[in-house]
Amino acid sequence: MRPEDESELAEVVRGASSPLRIRGGGTREVGRPISGAVVETGAISGITLYEPAALTLVARAGTPLAEVVEALAAEGQRLPFEPPDWRALLGTSGESTIGGVVAANASGPRRIMSGACRDSLIGVRFVDGTGAVIKNGGRVMKNVTGYDLVKLLAGSWGTLGVLTEVSFKVLPVPESAATLLLPGIGVAPAVTALAAAIGSPFEVSGAAWTEEGAQIRIEGFAASVAYRAERLQALLAPFGEVVVEAGRDASDTRWAGLRDVAGLAGRPGDIWRVSVKPSDAPALVARMGAEAVALDWAGGLVWALTEPGTDLRARLGGFAGHATLMRAAPETRARIAPFQPEPPAIAAIATALRARFDPRHILNPGLMD
Amino acid sequence: MEMPAPNPAILARKARIVERLRAVLPADAVIAEEAETRAYECDALSAYRCPPLAVVLPRSTAEVAAALKVCHAEGVPVVPRGSGTSLAGGVLPTADCVVLGVARMNRVIEVDYANRFIRVETGRTNLSVTGAVEEDGFFYAPDPSSQLACAIAGNVAMNSGGAHCLKYGVTTNNLMGVTLVTMEGEVLEIGGAHLDAGGLDLLGVICGSEGQLGVVTEATLRILRKPEGARPVLMGFASNEVAGECVSDIIKAGVLPVAIEFMDRPCIRATEDFAHAGYPDCEALLIVEVEGSEAEIDEQLGLILQIARKHDPVELRESRSEEEAKKIWLGRKSAFGAMGQIADYMCLDGTIPVSALPYVLKRIGEMSRDYGLEVGNVFHAGDGNMHPLILYNANDPEELAKCEAFGADILKLCVEVGGCLTGEHGVGIEKRDLMVVQYAPEDMEAQMRVKDVFDPGWLLNPAKVFPLALTAARRAA
Ligand SMILES: Cc1cc2nc3c(=O)[nH]c(=O)nc-3n(C[C@H](O)[C@H](O)[C@H](O)COP(=O)(O)OP(=O)(O)OC[C@H]3O[C@@H](n4cnc5c(N)ncnc54)[C@H](O)[C@@H]3O)c2cc1C
Repeated sequence: MRPEDESELAEVVRGASSPLRIRGGGTREVGRPISGAVVETGAISGITLYEPAALTLVARAGTPLAEVVEALAAEGQRLPFEPPDWRALLGTSGESTIGGVVAANASGPRRIMSGACRDSLIGVRFVDGTGAVIKNGGRVMKNVTGYDLVKLLAGSWGTLGVLTEVSFKVLPVPESAATLLLPGIGVAPAVTALAAAIGSPFEVSGAAWTEEGAQIRIEGFAASVAYRAERLQALLAPFGEVVVEAGRDASDTRWAGLRDVAGLAGRPGDIWRVSVKPSDAPALVARMGAEAVALDWAGGLVWALTEPGTDLRARLGGFAGHATLMRAAPETRARIAPFQPEPPAIAAIATALRARFDPRHILNPGLMD
Repeated sequence: MEMPAPNPAILARKARIVERLRAVLPADAVIAEEAETRAYECDALSAYRCPPLAVVLPRSTAEVAAALKVCHAEGVPVVPRGSGTSLAGGVLPTADCVVLGVARMNRVIEVDYANRFIRVETGRTNLSVTGAVEEDGFFYAPDPSSQLACAIAGNVAMNSGGAHCLKYGVTTNNLMGVTLVTMEGEVLEIGGAHLDAGGLDLLGVICGSEGQLGVVTEATLRILRKPEGARPVLMGFASNEVAGECVSDIIKAGVLPVAIEFMDRPCIRATEDFAHAGYPDCEALLIVEVEGSEAEIDEQLGLILQIARKHDPVELRESRSEEEAKKIWLGRKSAFGAMGQIADYMCLDGTIPVSALPYVLKRIGEMSRDYGLEVGNVFHAGDGNMHPLILYNANDPEELAKCEAFGADILKLCVEVGGCLTGEHGVGIEKRDLMVVQYAPEDMEAQMRVKDVFDPGWLLNPAKVFPLALTAARRAA
């Protein structure tokens, strides 16, 4: 099914008597495999409001991410949270939708500076499991009117409602950018170096590690970038060689690759995404026994490529954070919970919330269980 | 402001309820004498007052849980309280409620610079969070003007903002985790030192829930390294419209100041009389602050001044020293106090799209004439969060009613132009009945479902946020 607009979608949900699989562009197929009739949001599309001087953009949920990115670029602006393109990594194809980005709370390297998708999201409209159309938040940056369902919907993977419209706070694209590269540095010293960099006053907007080494991004006016690059270079000198790679284009290419976890894409195995306290990352990586890892968010986000069917959580033991199985065969995702099981009291709240928003259990039922 | 009638059965059981609370809390943690509970009868919206049944001041999460278990068993409503600086009546008690204040819980639990967070008990004041880390060059970004007094507890519950949130975001963007005690007395850990939720983002909906989902006893907060420096400029303009256009142009140009503050003529005049900051005599002024090294600041301010000059400013004042910078901020920081010298005031907090600024200011001016009440405007212009201050005489009930009607009209205007009722102060009792202006019944129903899940008996912070008529059935159940 491919409803033409929000009210048609509401009718579809209201009239449904069995589970629905909610699909944006199908590029972020994550979670427990579920069955049910597919409902696509792709026709509920289009940017409905864009005011560059107010740093605000509102789009229908089925709008291609690319269309949003282009519209913003034409005005020298962008989505602050740097939405990743996971197609190559997850082995999916199709056109990412902005609603799918929100449903996954998908955020890239700039998350450490500008926040996650949920932090830029200032309003939503959605259809809940009863078919009611609900709005929350709006189109202004500061809004504490009533409870913040905007955050609750971000990252709910279509299990509380089907998003129909999303509003964002956007930001100007800075004039210039540069990357500091610490070639060949290992995970443990890299995490210490990244912590030193983001704990400095020099406004780091990316802090990643791949086999190439540690990578630190700064953005801003050209003179400011040059100044901060120099200061950071001095700050990081104790960690070894520090190479500065200047220029917007080089930065864009490099960080698109880091954002999309290109280093792990296209390789056989399962993909895990592990959210941790950054300084715990080296010890956890050592326990993972992964075939390859990539770190982002100064170590707070670890991507791991593991042997098919591995239960990474069993290897990690108890830790503060969570591990999500992002890519694996359906049998594996049926056997190993893709989303980290939560403590019983928290799980009970999540279950009760779903029961209230979707009393008939028809919206992506069980996807996050 | 209508409040539900107290439950006579609870009032009649006061002695027994107090006794049960005393059985689980230290002697000095339970206040039941009327002379003393009076100190908790209101918050900064002081036009409304009501002493509670009792007050408890626990010293630990375990004591909070114990107190809540008693209240839950007795079916007694609970009003969580931080420092009581709410401007929305967020901590207004009912006569049959227990006020649970966290002010005695103010310890720093952990400071972690490598992972850039601090964990505190929520009774700690906003400013003293920064105080705990500033010697090491760090700070906690959200900075409500009340930061000397207000507690993290209230900041989390109201999702408070401040002058610098244009760059750093509001409380929710800087909150990583909480310890939440439910009305049943269950202790939940939500979020922590890692980023983002593993399942549903419960932290996101707890922040800003105005004490209605649980009592927050500890919080993990993001701390940031202090910038090398910061410097403001002051610009005066011949009209609100021109100042509004200048704000738009600055934002469009790709500079991101940490703050853009706006004051209109009535406010400028009042602060001049009060604080003598030496502000120019003009219709509107902006204070724009940027951060970075000296050279970075020069570059950004250069660009900003270049934009400002296109709008024929009546004055452009740079600060060449710490002293001059302080003077620029002085008037802005004393604006509320200055207005308070003239008369009582009601402070509104609606947000509007920045593009609607000139129109909204013009309409407020017209309404001010119609109602015969003066208004000063001082606000965070970068994000459209307005703070019209309506001057009135609190001892004149007629004028209070007129002021409230005027306030409601301003907030309706904010919603009409695409904005909202409250940008950072919260709904409380103040804007409760206006929720229908912004939200349809099903929008509020969706929010109330969340409350149903966390607090099925609807005992936490009763009669706030949602119109009474809408919650009557749930409160009675
Ligand atoms: C002069 C002045 C200036 C101000 N400036 C600003 C400003 O710039 N920006 C801004 O955002 N606000 C501002 N405020 C409003 C106010 O300071 C904020 O709302 C603040 O966050 C309230 O904190 P508090 O500790 O005083 O909370 P309280 O007033 O005690 O409570 C506020 C709300 O929080 C709930 N609550 C309190 N403790 C808990 C807890 N432990 N668990 C759960 N819920 C709890 C209460 O039930 C209530 O709903 C200002 C107020 C004044 C008087």
